[in-house]
Amino acid sequence: MLVNEKVAIEHGLKAEEYKKICDLLKRVPNLTELGIFSAMWNEHCSYKSSRLHLKKLPTKGDKVIQGPGENAGVIDIEDNDAIVFKIESHNHPSFIEPYQGAATGVGGIMRDVFTMGARPIANLNSIHFGSPQNKKTKNLLRGVVHGIGGYGNCMGVPTIAGQTTFDSSYNGNILVNAMTLGLVKKDKIFYSKAAGLNKPVIYVGSKTGRDGIHGASMASASFDEKIEEKKPTVQVGDPFTEKLLLEACLELMAGDSIIAIQDMGAAGLTSSSIEMASKGSLGIRINLNEVPCRETKMTPYEIMLSESQERMLIVLENGKENHAKKIFDKWNLDFAVIGKTTKSKNIELFFNDEQVANIPVNTLVENSPMYDRKWKKAKLPKKNKFKNEDFNNLKIKDILKKILSNHNVCSKEWIWQQYDHTVMGDTIQKPGGDSGVVKVHGTNKAVAASVDSSAVYCWAHPLTGGKQVVAESWRNLISVGAKPIAITNCLNFGSPENEENMGEFVECVQGITEASKYLNFPVVSGNVSFYNQTKEMGIKPTPVIGGVGLIKDYKKMVTMKFKEVSNLVLIVGKTEGHIDQSLFARTILDEKNGPPPEVNLFNEKNNGESILELIKKDFIKSAHDISLGGLLTAVSKMCIKGNKGIKLNKSKNLINEIEYFFSEDQGRYIIEINPTDFKEVSKILDKNSVHFEELGIIIDKELIINQKTKVTIDELKSYNTNWLKNFMSS
Amino acid sequence: MKSSVITFPGSNCDRDMDVALKKFGFINKMVWHDDNELPKSDLVVLPGGFSYGDYLRCGSMASKSRIMQSVINFAKSGGLVMGICNGFQILVETGLVPGVLLRNKYLEFICKNVHVKIDNKENPYFKNLDNNIFEFHIAHNEGNYFCTKDQLKEINDNSQVAIYYCNEKGQIDDQHNPNGSLKNIAGIFNKEKNVLGMMPHPERMIDQSLSGEDGSLFFKNLINNIK
Repeated sequence: MLVNEKVAIEHGLKAEEYKKICDLLKRVPNLTELGIFSAMWNEHCSYKSSRLHLKKLPTKGDKVIQGPGENAGVIDIEDNDAIVFKIESHNHPSFIEPYQGAATGVGGIMRDVFTMGARPIANLNSIHFGSPQNKKTKNLLRGVVHGIGGYGNCMGVPTIAGQTTFDSSYNGNILVNAMTLGLVKKDKIFYSKAAGLNKPVIYVGSKTGRDGIHGASMASASFDEKIEEKKPTVQVGDPFTEKLLLEACLELMAGDSIIAIQDMGAAGLTSSSIEMASKGSLGIRINLNEVPCRETKMTPYEIMLSESQERMLIVLENGKENHAKKIFDKWNLDFAVIGKTTKSKNIELFFNDEQVANIPVNTLVENSPMYDRKWKKAKLPKKNKFKNEDFNNLKIKDILKKILSNHNVCSKEWIWQQYDHTVMGDTIQKPGGDSGVVKVHGTNKAVAASVDSSAVYCWAHPLTGGKQVVAESWRNLISVGAKPIAITNCLNFGSPENEENMGEFVECVQGITEASKYLNFPVVSGNVSFYNQTKEMGIKPTPVIGGVGLIKDYKKMVTMKFKEVSNLVLIVGKTEGHIDQSLFARTILDEKNGPPPEVNLFNEKNNGESILELIKKDFIKSAHDISLGGLLTAVSKMCIKGNKGIKLNKSKNLINEIEYFFSEDQGRYIIEINPTDFKEVSKILDKNSVHFEELGIIIDKELIINQKTKVTIDELKSYNTNWLKNFMSS
Repeated sequence: MKSSVITFPGSNCDRDMDVALKKFGFINKMVWHDDNELPKSDLVVLPGGFSYGDYLRCGSMASKSRIMQSVINFAKSGGLVMGICNGFQILVETGLVPGVLLRNKYLEFICKNVHVKIDNKENPYFKNLDNNIFEFHIAHNEGNYFCTKDQLKEINDNSQVAIYYCNEKGQIDDQHNPNGSLKNIAGIFNKEKNVLGMMPHPERMIDQSLSGEDGSLFFKNLINNIK
């Protein structure tokens, strides 16, 4: 096939990008070369619309060993231990084929982590679906949950936390973001930078098939009515092979045979070989006849662009081939020497003794396009003025019932019970808490992790929303007693070619930057997913933050369940009564406008650090941060988990009772303490100038709001636990 | 006391079992599926996981692994062999214990704590335990026990049911049957009671900070019984 502008455009390239390729090569590329360019220059691989803005993110810190740019980020958790972690999207494939799309998303992110030498110790996920009324939602949810479980369970890695939301903006584009944490010794981390000339380049893992060709390009475009035709671009996962690949790689990594290693993820053999060559400033020559293929008569084009799963590319030390082969033979995996490193700085491909591609590596990487897209700044919406009569006819118990059973607040047990969350025997806080927590095997340390997003806030005001997500992640870690260390982000947005969508991206990134800088909570890895849109309809901006923190003594971990009758419950942080964009405003008042709650980073930091101080001194018996649904929702969840009630004091706060209970002001926590510790606790909070109020006393089996309003724990449970189960079986 | 845990390709609870056995005093060895011979053992464990990716049928390919001939001989000579979860699935495939394990009734993987009731303590696994009801953890997709009427009669005649799913008071009913197992059967012995297959994972219940501690009671008792 002759290559021309039309063929290039069919590959998803723009006319001017094609011209740039011809200029860089000083000739017309052949079809294989064009395929390679299209794979490297698409949005998913090149970050061409986002790179400029991502540079602003704070990526350094005294605990950061590796920031963005590698397969995953790495942080120091002391004693020569390090945590490798990253989040990644698999949105487009999951909408087309939910089981395989979600499964290979989980497989891909685990590979990113064990490529660096770390054994995966925890998985998390953030999944977002269309409205429950949308006829596709149920099947997509079921498929995605089965896919995530099918892959993670088989790998034997516990899924310890997650987030599920429903919103009509995801009707045509669901989001599936998967995160993995791995544990590695600080001095045994592996990188993807090739080094040395004439070193053997090794292919290991599954055979290459025709699945997933152009997967990364598909993920860089919007959907239209021809979406069904895209099914063959979805990869098919095999967690069994990945489990073998994990064990074989870790076995080989125990020695000193590996110079560089890179998994074959998006754009397969193309991006893995080019990234290794680019980082090492050298060339790679590959004989494509040596690549193990699953199907016959595969062309160089297909071999280079296949996204078959469970494959790795390794640059070995000379003479280690036999040693490595023995390990992969033991695990019944393919092993082939397919090429070597060269000084040419080109990627040179041969097939049937003919050269089929020869491209300077820098043209693919450094010279890839970068765009300063036009973007529109969002205005802060005007506050709604609510009057007392807006609330007069509302009964607190009715509101509470509606909120606890709301699809975005209700218990997601139906989902996480399908994920093995206890395998590896180190899970000390399972899903359903503020963060998942796993022990660092064989030590007294534990690692906490949480995934969060607040698309509604980001949609109402991206800058505030971006800040808020980081703050929420920080609070979720603190609520379990973990010191927050770093984050990974998955930035899910609509088309960057649309000024409003691009503006949402730019300002969310700005918000994330401000918050993570202020909280010393740097970004060490991440992923951008644009074009989450079907025709003209884009998703609400959904940056997802995966936070990781350390608990030095796992026995000091805190949970949200109320522990003991007659203990005192405090609310830490000030309640101002911000109702706009709260779940209450949106679902009960049907008011969708207004600004999200303000994020005061000084208070976030101060309140959070004060909570950690109290935990360190053993004052806190249970803790929970206040987020979606407000104060009364948070208290109810603590009651449900602990199977205990609470008698609330009459609030001294001057705002309306409904605003007090359901506003979503930020920076707040609920904590349980022993009444005898009250003096000490208030002394510490006063010293730190932290606002707090006495909320109530723990009692048996009943939430007593005031003389007129009482709710039993069984009622609370029935509101909260049934919605999802009923929805899925209806 | 010496134990051996067999690692098949795709096993993923082998390390957890190793940790648990060592914690309660066993000297444990990990044995590769492709080995010919078992090391000298007082107990052999087939751990949980997805041996051979559950391809063909859960446990079927692992049951034909090279090491399994030694395990079968060891069992037939009276040695203690315990299969947990996927290990139970492997045991039914070898025919060492009767029955089969089907997909869970609601076709979903289940990971949660359950209660089980011990039916029969006249065996090396449960002898001397104080309690009859234990809180264990399950995590499986194919734990729905089934056998023919004739097999069930034989199982009952020989008191081969090891544990039943029940509530915290020991009541055995449909409401507390997590996966649709026939008669709420969660674990089963061979006739001689030296081979035990069960779906629950006692090795995930060995620390208060994990899911609970009833697994500790089980392992402590087991090693004392073997001594």
